[in-house]
Amino acid sequence: MRKVAVVGVGHSKFMFNSPKTGVEMLSEVAMDALNEANLTPKDVQAVFLGNVLGDFTEGQGMMQSFFANDIGCFNVPATRFEGACASGSMAVRDAFMWVASGFYDIVLVGGVEKATAMDTPLATRTFAMFGDSRYEYPAGFTFPGAFALLAHLYSSEYGIPLERLTEQMAAVSVQSHYYGMKNPNAQFHKEISVADVLKSPMVTTPIKLLDACPFTDGAAAIVIASEEVAKRLTDKPVYFAGVGQTSSGKLSSQSKHLPRIRARELAAEQAYKMAGLTPKDIDVCELHDCFSIAALIAAEGLGFFEPGTAGEAWERGETRLEGKIPINMSGGLKAKGHPIGATGVSQVTEITRQLRGELGEQGRQVDGAKVGLVDTLGGDGVIVNMILSTK
Amino acid sequence: MEYKLTFKEYSSSLKENKLLGLKCNDCETVTCPPQMVCQECASTNTEVVEMKGKGKIVTFTTSFIAAEGRESEAPYTIVMVELVEGPWIMGNLINGDPKEVNMDIIGKRVHLGHKVFLGDKYSNGEAARPLFRLID
Repeated sequence: MRKVAVVGVGHSKFMFNSPKTGVEMLSEVAMDALNEANLTPKDVQAVFLGNVLGDFTEGQGMMQSFFANDIGCFNVPATRFEGACASGSMAVRDAFMWVASGFYDIVLVGGVEKATAMDTPLATRTFAMFGDSRYEYPAGFTFPGAFALLAHLYSSEYGIPLERLTEQMAAVSVQSHYYGMKNPNAQFHKEISVADVLKSPMVTTPIKLLDACPFTDGAAAIVIASEEVAKRLTDKPVYFAGVGQTSSGKLSSQSKHLPRIRARELAAEQAYKMAGLTPKDIDVCELHDCFSIAALIAAEGLGFFEPGTAGEAWERGETRLEGKIPINMSGGLKAKGHPIGATGVSQVTEITRQLRGELGEQGRQVDGAKVGLVDTLGGDGVIVNMILSTK
Repeated sequence: MEYKLTFKEYSSSLKENKLLGLKCNDCETVTCPPQMVCQECASTNTEVVEMKGKGKIVTFTTSFIAAEGRESEAPYTIVMVELVEGPWIMGNLINGDPKEVNMDIIGKRVHLGHKVFLGDKYSNGEAARPLFRLID
């Protein structure tokens, strides 16, 4: 297997109501990523795309082919990945494997979503499609509902009074908004307090509006290449050190492990093992904080904290820029935004910029970061973890 | 290989307040809702069994939002119930005011009834769904 590197990245502003089409958003970030790598569309051998709801948001299926053609990657194989909110990460991981195998040297990976083209009831309906349609949707399952069930379970399993837990959850959102202020591409540029979170409207107990990520329009793209090609193109290649991907069934079928998410623990184990690293070796992490409680569960599942203790860690500042493990220096899904098909590609873009050391001017650069971890969760059933490294 | 207990059969039985699952003849684990293989050991050596329809609440949420077409249902309480036979299933709690449901509900014993979700334009037809009522 060959070494593979990220050689170029592009990232749109994340926002409500983008005036551009999905293909337009993608094409802009793809050209940025190609320009950064000193490549042209003619150099791209294959296009991989994370997109989930184009069918619902724009009446557009198989966006991958129109996107490839739009930027002049004429007639190349173009493939769409669908794994709900992990679609973009799935596309990146597969692209990595195709280049690592030697089949391709240069692959373009994009991710895009125009979620705010849907009204909230339709968006809620489509997001509920990432749970089990026959056995769980009839009960009124929604995605916030899934994590709300886990929040109450977390409180009872670990003996953390709900009032305490909701304060800890609020600390996650407060930190995300703090760093989101520093990220020009973030959807929200607004500082919030624990009190703001606690008095925001209830969505589904105990999750309040400010515990939840927004619906978002946005796109991100990366170009990846074999080590040999990468060394010709850039003096700051960021390498894939380890990857992992797993699946799981409907929420109730995971009962033996909940509120832990077993699929994440297995995916992370794959990635750590492949990289020959442990959680202590990670300098910076972008994890899947679709809801504040999801961030706590993720940070524990990735091995940064013991089960039931991540909330205190957030409150103590251990996840801040200067902390033990800086998490979501982009603002995370909560403040940066969560255009679901783009999220994984956006997370890889963020970690790449951290490892290149480019975020100092924005005041959110982790000093000397050399190894970064990406964590993405899709619906009830997909987890992708990727470890990137300067070496 | 033919499916032993399809959704259609599960849903039809639930409409008569009979909850069906699959018992594994290799490891004794009961799988409910049903699927092709035992959720524990992946054996296909299973048989259809009727569950007692009793269990205890392990977690819950009261939702103030609802998906398109279901707005009139909110607020409603979703519960995850651990059945006496072992598996967890998702359903709705129908005691009292959903807004009053709190952590004290966890551990409470419930028994099963049902309600039919008629489906929407995205659903492949109707679906019986478990409803739970507190026993004590």
